[in-house]
Amino acid sequence: MIDFKLPSLGADMDEGVLLEWKVKPGDTVKKGQVVCVVDTAKAAIDVESWQEGTVAELLAQPGDKMPVGTVMMRLLAPGEAATPKVGAGGIEHVPPGAASPRKVGAGGIEHVPPGAASPRKVGAGGTAPLAAERRRISPAAKKRAAELGVDIDQLVGSGPQGAVTLEDVEKAAAQQPATGAQPAADRTREMRQAIAAAMSHSKREIPHYYVSEDIPLARMLAWLEETNAQRPMIDRLLPAAALLKAVARALADYPELNGHYRDGAYQPAKAVHLGVAIALREGGLIAPAILDAQAKPLTKLMQELADLVRRARAGSMRSSELSAATVTVTNLGDQGSHGVFGVITPPQVALVGFGRIAERPWAENGGLKVLPVVTASLSADHRVSDGHRGALFLRSLADWLQQPEELAR
Amino acid sequence: MNPSELRGIVIATLQGIAPEVEAARLRDDLPLRRQVDLDSMDWLNFLLGLNKALGVEIPEKDYARLTTLAALLDYLQHKLSERSAS
Repeated sequence: MIDFKLPSLGADMDEGVLLEWKVKPGDTVKKGQVVCVVDTAKAAIDVESWQEGTVAELLAQPGDKMPVGTVMMRLLAPGEAATPKVGAGGIEHVPPGAASPRKVGAGGIEHVPPGAASPRKVGAGGTAPLAAERRRISPAAKKRAAELGVDIDQLVGSGPQGAVTLEDVEKAAAQQPATGAQPAADRTREMRQAIAAAMSHSKREIPHYYVSEDIPLARMLAWLEETNAQRPMIDRLLPAAALLKAVARALADYPELNGHYRDGAYQPAKAVHLGVAIALREGGLIAPAILDAQAKPLTKLMQELADLVRRARAGSMRSSELSAATVTVTNLGDQGSHGVFGVITPPQVALVGFGRIAERPWAENGGLKVLPVVTASLSADHRVSDGHRGALFLRSLADWLQQPEELAR
Repeated sequence: MNPSELRGIVIATLQGIAPEVEAARLRDDLPLRRQVDLDSMDWLNFLLGLNKALGVEIPEKDYARLTTLAALLDYLQHKLSERSAS
């Protein structure tokens, strides 16, 4: 029997509320399959299973709030025979209206009685969890419904097979009395608390050091302009993608900046799973990862970046994306300031920051010219590396950014 | 397409990217990206949205001209009439 636990969802998400199961007892689960949707302070997240098996029993129920590591369901390993007590009937269930939270199994699941939960957790006031489970609705639409306090069970879906779409939810919200502000404010406050907890932890535990380097980008931008002029709009590359790729390539030679520090020991990572800090429109940020960024051609990296930004803002992300990052990049973009010195996301050991790309005076070979320049910075963990190595990394990053053709591969 | 139709499409596309935008509060004469917080990805998605809605190609070299809403509307109107003339 395999215990399926709520996986880590990133440094600042240590608990979640189960929104719905995507599997039921008897279903076969494949590796990478989304088995449930869990809401956190930042977003509703599609949780994947990394084990294969057959669902034996579901321990958590929609509406349950639980810490990371809680056993949510049990799986029979391939080939394992079912024990007699397995089956839907064997699941302990808290009757609606039960007042006191109770624990089930090893996990410490907090059963929130329907009605007691805030509207955004289980739909407006006392939606039956089972009805919510059957409803066809995307994570994005579900999250929006929760934010707006829309009861999805009252909605008529206009999507395929009666699925409730984002549009349905927003239309319904527009028709109901203005009560949507409170849940949105709750979300903002929760997110702020989650960020505060993770960043306080980081500043308490991690002895940060900082280095920075101005990097000329004339060649890179000229190459991008030329490349983009030959492409349809949809395939256009942004400088942001090139900066990410250069970080991923440069990190290959600096394993002390790419990995995790846990329980007093550093573990370098083989691949570069590049966490990308994405600002959310309602405030706050989230940093899902582009997996194996070092191995992806620039065009592919750009597509994945666009997809990640879109899904981060729609609140539709996968658990693997939120826990995998081995390093994070924060890019203030062309509306940002000159440079940024970020806070490391534990258990990572480095964060690379980029300011706004802008024209600046540049001295070279005894002459002065005006070039587009970006200030790159590195915040890194002194337990694992030193400023000297950090500085060499930034020089290597600068070199990579002078070789756009090489980066494109 | 008349100017108010075009304006409607542009605002709706913008709201698709930045739902908090209130049409009545947008100033035509101020830089759009100062008024609405659009990063480079948002900007690209906005232009892709206009491309899809209007069928107009917007080369990168024209970005520098598209600072204000007024400039953008002019530019698009021009592109549309160019197309219908040809």
